[in-house]
Amino acid sequence: MRGLTISTRVLLGVLLIMLAAALAAPLISPHDPLRQSLLLRLKPPGSADALGIFLLGTDDLGRDLFSRILYGARASFAVATLSVVVSLAVGVTLGLVAGWVRGIAAAIIMRLVDTMLSIPAILLAVLTVAVIGPSFTSLVMVLGLTRWPRYTRVAYASTLQVAAMPFVQASEMAGASTARILARHVLPNIAGPLMVVATSEFGLMILFEAGLSFLGLGIQPPAPSWGSIMSAGRQYVERAWWLTVFPGIGLFTLVLCVNLLGDALRDRLDPRSAGR
Amino acid sequence: MRHVASRLLQAVIATFGVITIVFFVMRLSGDPTLLLVPEGATAAQIAELRHQLGFDRPLVVQYLAYLSDLLRGDLGQSLVQRLPVSLILGSRLPYTLELAAGALAVALIIGIPAGIAMAVWRGGVVERILAAIVVAGQSLPTFWSGILLILFFGVTLRWLPTSGADSPASLIMPSLALGALAMSTFARMTRISVLDELSRDYVNAARARGLSMGATVARHVLRNAAIPVITVTALEIGNLLAGAVIVETVFAWPGIGQLAMQSIQARDFLIVQAIVLFVSVTYIALNLIADLAYTAIDPRIRSDA
Repeated sequence: MRGLTISTRVLLGVLLIMLAAALAAPLISPHDPLRQSLLLRLKPPGSADALGIFLLGTDDLGRDLFSRILYGARASFAVATLSVVVSLAVGVTLGLVAGWVRGIAAAIIMRLVDTMLSIPAILLAVLTVAVIGPSFTSLVMVLGLTRWPRYTRVAYASTLQVAAMPFVQASEMAGASTARILARHVLPNIAGPLMVVATSEFGLMILFEAGLSFLGLGIQPPAPSWGSIMSAGRQYVERAWWLTVFPGIGLFTLVLCVNLLGDALRDRLDPRSAGR
Repeated sequence: MRHVASRLLQAVIATFGVITIVFFVMRLSGDPTLLLVPEGATAAQIAELRHQLGFDRPLVVQYLAYLSDLLRGDLGQSLVQRLPVSLILGSRLPYTLELAAGALAVALIIGIPAGIAMAVWRGGVVERILAAIVVAGQSLPTFWSGILLILFFGVTLRWLPTSGADSPASLIMPSLALGALAMSTFARMTRISVLDELSRDYVNAARARGLSMGATVARHVLRNAAIPVITVTALEIGNLLAGAVIVETVFAWPGIGQLAMQSIQARDFLIVQAIVLFVSVTYIALNLIADLAYTAIDPRIRSDA
């Protein structure tokens, strides 16, 4: 924590609280997020019945909104984390290969990067999920396998640079294996820029998960997701503002924290970009 | 010239790559016939359709047929609506273009002055306030801001229609929702670009001649700072077309985004495929235009290409 600005600490704090709330959802949620009750449909925030108070109101099937938002946060974190891990692994591997081997392999990989970057990610995800059928797994796989090119670009450029450095050439001459050189010398040197990309991608993935779930192509009902809660909220916008406002605040706060932390991280690693 | 040729080649390769990726995505479920038959078709009907559409041929043959269809501009025939896909797409496209134009107008009209103000009043209260708005614009999911606009202007104040495209006023809220992200991008780009120019010698020279800050910016800085912003405009148009999928769903706006979602529900995947291809190819073309325009305007780039 040393050397972090106050605003960075606050942002980290908010992010950690949200993560903790998501992880602890089964312990702290006041109601079963799936329990329906036709008598409790679209009750405003603060309503109560014999089972307890509905802090943020209920949805169109009489389920407790607060509990559903807590569980929805789990979906956001899980999808974003897993798809960032998948895309990071794929992207970095391809970038290292392209930067180390160069030649025709690099040409093919980098053309593929250009191609992937010219298909709008949301449209490709919509098409792919619709073809293979929506589920948690297909969401992670589709996001993971479409969002790797930015990592490849960064890994490729940095690997080219690092590979040309004297200490790398020295260890190559000393007989170190390629895998060892990549793991010991190249990867640590490109970790910083990759972290910056991963952070901004993490924010994007949260938005993609919510967006696809909003369109009905993400987390499938009855499982809660912020996007699908808001989709119901759009339907009942005239009668139940709380269905859109509360999950949206959660989503906005989370993405904002991640984006600002990403900016702070980038400025730390590259002081020249500070304030941009 | 070499730069132009290599950029053209790159665009052709990317287009070819997009077409190929979409071809394979359509076959990820194993049998593309199943994506095209209406719900409840019998096995015999499916088999007949598979043969009719040529999906029983070897993959290579299918791929070549698909390529040659696309080269002739043939996007296929919708099996649900029994009309050419290009006709259906064409009937919805004007709405999306109208929406994208509205969003672009919002983004430019707010984003560019905001960026200039942030650069000129660097370090002051104005910059801080605007910077906060820009960051918020980047983190706002369009479907959330869209519904909030509906709640406020549509449901509470009853000023604007909440859905559809029946009057010119219908365009306002979807444009604001869709344009927010691009607005932030323009503000950031303009700020950086103007700051770069402000640090140059000619600015000091102009100020030394007694020209006011406002006049220096208006007469000299903006002209030079505009180049990167023009480039970003082309790229943002592509992003706006893609972002339309969600915004059109929120506002029941009858463009290609809504068409894509309706076609998924109706299992009319040739239309979805056509929309992805169309937007991607437009994106590549805009990218190319932006790059070539940039080179044409700023000769410094040409020399090291």
